[in-house]
Amino acid sequence: MSRFLHIARRDVRLAFRQGIGGLMAVMFFVLAVVLFPFGVGPEVNMLARISAGVIWVAALLASMLSLEQLFQADFEDGSLELLALTPMPLEVVVLAKVTAHWLTTGLPLIAAAPLLAVLLHMNTEGFTVLIVALALGTPSLSLIGAVGAALILGSRRGGVLLSLLILPLFIPVLIFGVGAVDAALAGFTVRPQLFVLGAFFLAALSLCPWAAAAALRQALE
Amino acid sequence: MTLFTGRNLVCVRGERRVFAGLDFAVDAGAALVLAGANGSGKSSLLRLMAGLLRPASGTLAWDGAATAADPDAHRARLHYVGHLDAMKPVLTVAENLRFWAGLRPGRRTGNPGDAVGPALETFGIAHLADVPGRFLSAGQKRRLTLARIVTAPAPLWLLDEPTTALDEAATASLEAAIAGHRAGGGMVVVATHTRMAVDGARVLDLSHFAVRSQGAGELGS
Amino acid sequence: MIQRFANPNRFMRLSAAVVPWMAGATVILGAAGLYLGLFQAPADYQQGESVRIMYVHVPAAWMALFCYTSMAAASATALIWKHPLADLAARSTAPIGICFTFLALITGSLWGKPMWGTWWVWDARLTSVLVLFFLYLGYMALVNAFDDPARGAKAAAVLALVGFVNVPIIKFSVDWWNSLHQPASVLKLGGPSIHPSMLAPLLLMALAFTTYYFWVLLVRLRAEILSTKIRAVRLRQVHG
Repeated sequence: MSRFLHIARRDVRLAFRQGIGGLMAVMFFVLAVVLFPFGVGPEVNMLARISAGVIWVAALLASMLSLEQLFQADFEDGSLELLALTPMPLEVVVLAKVTAHWLTTGLPLIAAAPLLAVLLHMNTEGFTVLIVALALGTPSLSLIGAVGAALILGSRRGGVLLSLLILPLFIPVLIFGVGAVDAALAGFTVRPQLFVLGAFFLAALSLCPWAAAAALRQALE
Repeated sequence: MTLFTGRNLVCVRGERRVFAGLDFAVDAGAALVLAGANGSGKSSLLRLMAGLLRPASGTLAWDGAATAADPDAHRARLHYVGHLDAMKPVLTVAENLRFWAGLRPGRRTGNPGDAVGPALETFGIAHLADVPGRFLSAGQKRRLTLARIVTAPAPLWLLDEPTTALDEAATASLEAAIAGHRAGGGMVVVATHTRMAVDGARVLDLSHFAVRSQGAGELGS
Repeated sequence: MIQRFANPNRFMRLSAAVVPWMAGATVILGAAGLYLGLFQAPADYQQGESVRIMYVHVPAAWMALFCYTSMAAASATALIWKHPLADLAARSTAPIGICFTFLALITGSLWGKPMWGTWWVWDARLTSVLVLFFLYLGYMALVNAFDDPARGAKAAAVLALVGFVNVPIIKFSVDWWNSLHQPASVLKLGGPSIHPSMLAPLLLMALAFTTYYFWVLLVRLRAEILSTKIRAVRLRQVHG
């Protein structure tokens, strides 16, 4: 456990030392959302109706863009093979790095989401559910993305490839994440959608570290 | 006493058999120098020994027990130095070293960081402890990598071209560190092109095990 | 049993004997299925003549799932037992599977226009099949993204297994969610709920598609093995 925290703390510190670079994902998130009022026009009703979907899609893309670097830097400078040679399961290393990734990208996304919801005139009933849904959904994105990030190590054109691999797998999170917010805005119960998001998270938590570790071992061979 | 042995090892890289029928044995306190031309499989053999690569056939054993049976225990007893320095440019020299030291077992008593100072002394970079890694020269990075293996004790050192970019003084420090390690019953396997003073080392010439006129694995036969 | 096919030379001999039979079976079964489906089977009392799209659409959709399942099974075999032909089988299945998926999507769209009045609806069955299409695409891109073919095959095998979670979702999507798409009428508990005059051409077409799959798969496998041999010769020139 202490080694798990040791790795997570080091990754968070690395993100902070990069300064503004560490906030790139959030900046992309904000910019991508801000583009929509220009694209579809500033009409209040229209923006309010698409707000949940726009915020979720932008969060999906932002977290995907930041995932490309999850293992890439460690792979290139040899840190990854040393991490694989530490006397603990590689699955734990993956989980520690995913945790750090979520803390440095997922959490800022959740923090920025209410601000963007205001910009898109989302009804205030949706705010709490939006944050809860993002809090349940973004860890799944980091976990699923870790598998993709491990698979593309050493490939040509890794970034585009990563989007091809993991965006299809992100779709369920998107459907139920948006569904929860839309249900709240329409005044329906949101429990089913949130339960499904939670179930996705638990399934990803049990499957993805294993798959990502298998992919990392191959990349290091 | 023979501790670390390999029997009838076959290594396949990509679609090429690098070597076949390779045996080796390392006793406590002994050193094994790997020799051979480029492409003869020195690095591959070291990675096999570390468990980063799996042999296509053959077994590695520690004290008579196959290392594949308990890979966690095997990783706990080795240090591996590859071609890459696994150094983060945004972390200071001491932070880099403390991270790797904290992942090793055997330092339950006391702070793992305690060994960092003496390890930096050993390779003459103690004055650089607070300097971020990005300011280091290639030789200084190499010294930092080597300092990593003396921070935490492990009986088996696997060194792949450790003297790359090192000056004479640093090479002498490394030779002294190896001698001290062996005096305490440690083992060293080193692949090198340059002359290193390793007393009483056995030399394993990999060109004897090269596979001629045989292309791919099973599919090509 | 599996190990007997591990020897590529034996595989080449066996497959050379099987390929013509598969080709012949595909032509005969396909001709019979199309004849029964297009001329003999009755038009549907609700859907009219357009129901005949079913004889291509349904078998294609089955094959899309069948190919992905085979691909995942072959990938698992390759990862666990390191069977040399399993990697090649998985890699050779993907392009066939994506064609069946595409065929199912296109015929579904053509069928949907007269039936539902729209080319496309975003419901669970259609969306999950579209995801299957993207999974095939990602798999094929990953296989070819590495300079070392062995690395590409292994990475893609992991992806195939991860993506397999989508297959049960597709199968049961019409039962779990309210969907425009009609529920299963052949593969279900309690026997098929479809008239024999329609079931016969449907099953014939499914058989034809299956033999077509094995025919193309064997041809592709043979080509892969030959190209491996060519690479081996090249490597020998380099490494002496």
